[in-house]
Amino acid sequence: MEQGKIYLSPEHEIVRDNDKCIRCQVCERQCANKVHSYDESIDKMLANDENCVNCQRCVSLCPTRALKIRRCENRFRENNNWNETKIRELYLQANSGGVMLGAMGTPLDYPTYWDHMLINASQVTNPSIDPLREPMETRTFLGKKNQKAERGADGRLVTRFNSPQIELDVPVMFSAMSYGSISYNAHESLARAAAELGICYNTGEGGLHEDFYQYGSNTIVQVASGRFGVHGEYLMAGAAIEIKMGQGAKPGIGGHLPGRKVGPDVSRTRMIPEGSDAISPAPHHDIYSIEDLRQLVYSLKEATAYTKPVIVKISAVHNVAAIASGIARSGADIVAIDGFKGGTGAAPSRIRDNVGIPIEVALAAVDARLREEGIRDEVSVVIGGSIHSSSDVVKAIALGADAVYIGTASLLALGCHLCRSCHLNKCNWGIATQEPDLIKRLNPDWGYKRLVNLVSAWKHEIMEMMGGMGINSIEALRGNHLMLRGVGLNEKELEILGIKHAGESI
Amino acid sequence: MTSRHIPLEGEIRIPSGCAISGIFHKDGTRENGERIIRSIELMHDRSNGLGGGFAGYGIYPEYKDYYALHVFYLDASFQRETEDFIKEHFEIANQGEIKTRKMPEITNAPQIWRYFILPLKTKLDSSELDEREYTARCVFSINTKFDKKAAVFSSGKNMGVFKANAFPEDVGRFYMLDDYEGYAWTAHGRYPTNTPGWWGGAHPFSLLDYSIVHNGEISSYDANRRNVEMFGYKCSLMTDTEVITYIFDYLTRKEGLTLEEACDVVSAPFWSTINLMPKDKREYYTYLRKRYHALLINGPFSVILGFAGGMLVLGDRLKLRSMVVAEHGSTFYGASEESAIRLIQPELDRVWAPDAGEAVIARLEERSVRA
Repeated sequence: MEQGKIYLSPEHEIVRDNDKCIRCQVCERQCANKVHSYDESIDKMLANDENCVNCQRCVSLCPTRALKIRRCENRFRENNNWNETKIRELYLQANSGGVMLGAMGTPLDYPTYWDHMLINASQVTNPSIDPLREPMETRTFLGKKNQKAERGADGRLVTRFNSPQIELDVPVMFSAMSYGSISYNAHESLARAAAELGICYNTGEGGLHEDFYQYGSNTIVQVASGRFGVHGEYLMAGAAIEIKMGQGAKPGIGGHLPGRKVGPDVSRTRMIPEGSDAISPAPHHDIYSIEDLRQLVYSLKEATAYTKPVIVKISAVHNVAAIASGIARSGADIVAIDGFKGGTGAAPSRIRDNVGIPIEVALAAVDARLREEGIRDEVSVVIGGSIHSSSDVVKAIALGADAVYIGTASLLALGCHLCRSCHLNKCNWGIATQEPDLIKRLNPDWGYKRLVNLVSAWKHEIMEMMGGMGINSIEALRGNHLMLRGVGLNEKELEILGIKHAGESI
Repeated sequence: MTSRHIPLEGEIRIPSGCAISGIFHKDGTRENGERIIRSIELMHDRSNGLGGGFAGYGIYPEYKDYYALHVFYLDASFQRETEDFIKEHFEIANQGEIKTRKMPEITNAPQIWRYFILPLKTKLDSSELDEREYTARCVFSINTKFDKKAAVFSSGKNMGVFKANAFPEDVGRFYMLDDYEGYAWTAHGRYPTNTPGWWGGAHPFSLLDYSIVHNGEISSYDANRRNVEMFGYKCSLMTDTEVITYIFDYLTRKEGLTLEEACDVVSAPFWSTINLMPKDKREYYTYLRKRYHALLINGPFSVILGFAGGMLVLGDRLKLRSMVVAEHGSTFYGASEESAIRLIQPELDRVWAPDAGEAVIARLEERSVRA
């Protein structure tokens, strides 16, 4: 094979029904990857399959439904050991000498424990509660709860809470996605939706655009290893500050925003030169140990006069329980754990697909450890990394989480079709791009509404499931393992999750 | 021949329906157990013969400064080991078998013993615990040590619990409660949806001088259990009553809340109600709900909590279980049904059904009813 040549058939094939096609060229105009073109001489639309990422933009917008995209049927010789993907990636690396990059969460078929847990409901001995007729409370406070009861001189209970809290109407937040990795309009949609829903979104490590300071009380501002966009006013702007130690999709490594995504606005917000790559280091270079983390936690608290809860976000790795316990003792108010199926704008595929552990077991292990040590009330626990639906939220809360982060789910609500090409800056849905023509495809007026719809729908479903269990307040669900049963799990998995198997009554 | 193993309470979790009743003399007058037996007997159909019990307060005036341990020995061979443990940790002022009456309705009775004890000074000092915490920990030790073959089911001062797997009226007669006189009595008749394998699972459930009779099935059980277990409690019976007792013990004894404040934690008002309150009340409830979020109780319950010098009646925040309270002179009554009060005291000065989540507390000499 000659160096520099890729002899690979495309992954996808454009199938066009020429009887239906009216040559309107919408597909051509909509495709930033330049797949479609019009050949006047034969009056036909042509397609360059090689460029297609299967984002479904052309399919969705074709007025006559003349398009579909299918997996290319060309195959290497069948081999269960060396499958198609492995061979392709090997060729690509042999050709380029580069690291395989991917975006969004791992597409590999690892077990999803949410799908192996079932939720309880009341029958006879305990009435179920109808959320349409009775109050059903999903309000959640995140922060330290371990304050010792004190009385004033008059003997009355002191009701002032020493530790700042985040108040959420429903225990769901939008995960960290930076301005830069996603567009201005995507950020506006998230910020406005969070404000309307009474929840929080998260700036990620890209700073906070000046236009969005108005949504500060629904914003979590992130401090990551690159310190991009961090300054005093920024820290004071949010409802909480999150120190990003790790991300589920890429534990152990930093972030990389390609220079092509750093335009004037992103440059100003991140406080880096226009067109420069924004590379955040793998570790925080002022945190090489748990006592260093404590110093950063308290530096941030000092900088904000102890008015903001501090979240420490880590990726779910093998020793997550002990690490979370250390964080709980470091002064942090909230620990956020990101499972290995979590999304990303760009990550080396090997790391994304092979490093870390599933969030369900990480959550159960962390919750159990904090309880064993008697420090569960020192911190709130927020989890993320592939929450697909309201039932996943209910299961997460019952397993011990205080709230969940949703990232991929919120992008899907904005139109993302999971083509996993965020790092290319050519997002045809206007989400993961900084190209002005593409950004305007995402109208924040309907983007924010779709996010509000999604979370409102989930909230209704959460309330229905709670009512079914005879629970009318989310705190009675939190850590309530008896409301869960495993199906198709082995004894070790059940032991780690701390739940019984379906059919066991206890 | 092999017999099927019937799981013991604690090996399985058994939901129950129930009847409860309580009598309390605010002036300290003492009465024997006859009326409380009649009151609970009236609600016979609310139990199914698989558990009944009583708690009496002020019944041991001659040993009022000693902790009265009531112990079941399911296997007599564990008695010596248990007594060795007690002797190692306590001074025993008196001990003996609790007197019972043989009757056909009561079968499979274990050995039932009573010990009046005080912590050994040297042990207590070296433990660096206060006397009550020391005693509570020893009780937990016995109850988790002997595989349920020895179970302490009563451990308060000047009070005692009497229970068995039978209809409550039979239990009362079995223990000859007409021979005891107390200023307060509570009773429980149980309707479990499963067969509890032993007597320790019957109610009241008690820790130190708290005793609880409870009707309901709380849906927050595991959230509550996992929270209190962080603070050294061991929920070995897996019953709602047990965890409710520990919640009250934790909030009042360890956190220093008043009983009224503890009730505001477990049956907290809804946020929609709290939002309409004046500022100081709003802040008070918001604080309690944030701080003690894991101790909110969900699901149907009504409880009568007996404590030294008082009685507390509380229902769940949706009022999913019946509860009636009444007063006549200086006597306070509470029961699942009004008829169970009227039977023993036809004329009443006042009868009412407390609101959802409303606590009614009666205390010796003075009464405090929380609005």
